Amino acid sequence: MRKEVLISGFGGQGVILASVILGRAATVYEGLYAVQTQSYGPESRGGASRAEVVISDEPIDYPKALRPDYAIFFSQEAYQKYLSQLKEGATLILEKDLIPHRNEEVEKKLKLKVYALPLTEIAEETTGLSLTMNILTLGLFVALTKIVSRKAIEKAVLDAVPKGTEQINLKALYKGFELGEKALKEEL
Amino acid sequence: MRYPFPVGKSDFIQGDEAIARAAILAGCRFYAGYPITPASEIFEAMALYMPLVDGVSIQMEDELASIAAIIGASWVGAKAMTATSGPGFSLMMENLGYAIMTETPIVVVDVQRSGPSTGQPTLAAQGDVMQAIWGTHGDHSLIVLTPATVQEAFDMTIRAFNLAEKYRTPVILLTDAEVGHMRERVNIPNPEDIELVYRKLPANEEEAKYPFGDIHGDLIPPMPIFGKGYRTYVTGLTHDEKGRPKTVDAEIHHKLIERIVNKIEKNKKDIIDYETFELDDAEVAIVSYGIVARSAIRAVKMLRGEGIKAGLLKLNVVWPFDFEMIEKIAEQVHAIYVPEMNLGQLYHLVKEGANGKARVELIPKIGGEVHTPQEIVKAVKRCEKCI
Repeated sequence: MRKEVLISGFGGQGVILASVILGRAATVYEGLYAVQTQSYGPESRGGASRAEVVISDEPIDYPKALRPDYAIFFSQEAYQKYLSQLKEGATLILEKDLIPHRNEEVEKKLKLKVYALPLTEIAEETTGLSLTMNILTLGLFVALTKIVSRKAIEKAVLDAVPKGTEQINLKALYKGFELGEKALKEEL
Repeated sequence: MRYPFPVGKSDFIQGDEAIARAAILAGCRFYAGYPITPASEIFEAMALYMPLVDGVSIQMEDELASIAAIIGASWVGAKAMTATSGPGFSLMMENLGYAIMTETPIVVVDVQRSGPSTGQPTLAAQGDVMQAIWGTHGDHSLIVLTPATVQEAFDMTIRAFNLAEKYRTPVILLTDAEVGHMRERVNIPNPEDIELVYRKLPANEEEAKYPFGDIHGDLIPPMPIFGKGYRTYVTGLTHDEKGRPKTVDAEIHHKLIERIVNKIEKNKKDIIDYETFELDDAEVAIVSYGIVARSAIRAVKMLRGEGIKAGLLKLNVVWPFDFEMIEKIAEQVHAIYVPEMNLGQLYHLVKEGANGKARVELIPKIGGEVHTPQEIVKAVKRCEKCI
């Protein structure tokens, strides 16, 4: 099992942190192998941000994502740049409000499973803080893909977030789980 | 002893961070450096950890001073390290030679980025291989290790200190921006399970008189520590066994440099480390090191899937170099491919080793991206067709 995850958006949306938490959940708490890499530019806020996590049950040779099985896009730029790189049948999570222009032709051609939600708005409604959007999305991602257990991602979130923000982040994570469950139920 | 990071368990960290933690566990208690992408995280970690383990981490005015400081620290008995990238590594070349000439155990980490000059600061390369081996002037030898994973970056940092102490020599940990910045699981052992080597000290006053002589017949002189009761003279000038400058005597120069080279060369078997993958029945070999070796493993699997009997030799040490092993492989296969993130460096050593017994082809790539497995496969197939 080798699964490639691509997360991309603006700097400041927590793209890198989300990827680190996912990698940590997979390795430290699930006993899987994972490699997290990030494109590393001079931008810290506002610029394009891209991170990859490759997860496998055996040692990972080539450490980069070539054809992502899963993708999370938080910006129009990310969507446009990377949509066509996704593997056929890939699962795609979109920040709906930030990606107004969709390419249905490519989405259809690649048979993507797309979950488009106003993630930032839901995060703000749930915790009062829009910046918990990345953690909420991780919850959604794990509930949809089951790539790691909920327990594992929860522990990894608690390892990574600043002291004093645990409860608020868990709230966002649980909301993500809930959204994922709901989406899966609707498919049935 | 309490460590400022978890030990005896696994963690998900960057290669640079793994190098810093491994250095602390190897007993490094003096770090001097100057920040530079993509090696700065090593310095950041050292600045954080060193005060908590009664060590010293100091920012110097530049890289010349950084390596000078760790050479000094080593002579007062500390295990010492610095880390840098291409531009800083170039500045270290003069004192790297001094460390070789004075047989000072130090560890220098070079997290390679694209050059020459300031090049592509955030992107990986393997352009410093020849510089790591031959960058400082004069006849010499040293040890160069090349990790491909974050776990290897950890393990090889500990090994770098052990080899430096054992052979009284500088050791280069030659990694790159990709390994330095990527995060992977690292199993950090309990400190009591880590085997550590300490330099040989003079047993008595008589031995201390010959800090540069082969008094034990193993080519490695005991190293008197400053402030421990012995008078020692240390110089970069050609010196006799007692350390006194003798700059016009050909015989003394020859004896000294021959021993410095031979203490590495004659212990090759102990120092060299490599892994093979599907090499036993291979008809085509790939020789690779560092991050590119990971693409090469996948390329071998893909080539085998297409009916080409490929195998991999992954070098964990690129100097000293086992020319004889390459010749043996060359006798077995009809072609050896060397994918490198440069325009051909280790390739030349492989070609020399192959000694005309197999075709040696370079698969170069520059610009900051690691070869994809497909690129290696394509290059191999293209050449296999042209036979």
